[in-house]
Amino acid sequence: MEQNTGGEAPAVEKLLDSTLESVDSAESLVLAIARQAGFQEDALDQIAMAVRECAVNAVVHGNRYSAAKKVRLSASKTQGRITVTISDQGSGFNPDDVPDPLAEENLLRTSGRGIFLVRAFMDEFRVRRLDPEGTEVTLVKYLGAK
Amino acid sequence: MSVSLTTRQVGDVTVVDLAGRITLGEGSSALREALRDLVSKGHKKVLLNLGEVSYIDSSGIGELVSGFTTVTNQGGQLKLLNLTKRVKDLLQITKLYTVFDVHDDEAAAVRSFS
Repeated sequence: MEQNTGGEAPAVEKLLDSTLESVDSAESLVLAIARQAGFQEDALDQIAMAVRECAVNAVVHGNRYSAAKKVRLSASKTQGRITVTISDQGSGFNPDDVPDPLAEENLLRTSGRGIFLVRAFMDEFRVRRLDPEGTEVTLVKYLGAK
Repeated sequence: MSVSLTTRQVGDVTVVDLAGRITLGEGSSALREALRDLVSKGHKKVLLNLGEVSYIDSSGIGELVSGFTTVTNQGGQLKLLNLTKRVKDLLQITKLYTVFDVHDDEAAAVRSFS
């Protein structure tokens, strides 16, 4: 197993094509696990959106829809939390480079809110550069938090 | 599963009833094209009824902002009607709730256009 989510047995581990259909698949797969883990409606909405935003980043900005590149999805549940890892084979990005979408001068920008929403909806958000290429993001949400 | 849009005229206000998901891909493209079409035809009072929109992502939010800017730049007004809790929460967390003129009652919304 290439992904290690802290000793938890992955509930799902998928290699997905770099397509928007994969974004829907990622969202559906993680939602099913989150339901099993006991998350309720508002939290499920937040998890779904966070996964969607990260999967879109991987497909669109990371792999740039390349048929030669894959998106790896891993999701697992333990008592009280769900952990999702999404990685791409792109050239990488620094989330701190994204302008603050809440700044007055950025409010009417038409993009740049995805990472902000992920941070708002999940309890943990980590970004790691992969060697030799790619970006891995890890999302964690705890039952009963936020 | 994507978004469906139907437009109707209430006085001089064009009401766009949206249903489904406004997400990157078909959903956000459909909204963009619909708004561009309305603006190109001279519709300057646009009310987006989001009551049946079940889901919107950051791309969909971007399209709402883009539509707002496009209509405003043409001297028109774009307002929102019947936000679901999910969409309202998103607009509040992104500080866009105060950018848009948001209504819960269609008749009042139509009257609010200058």
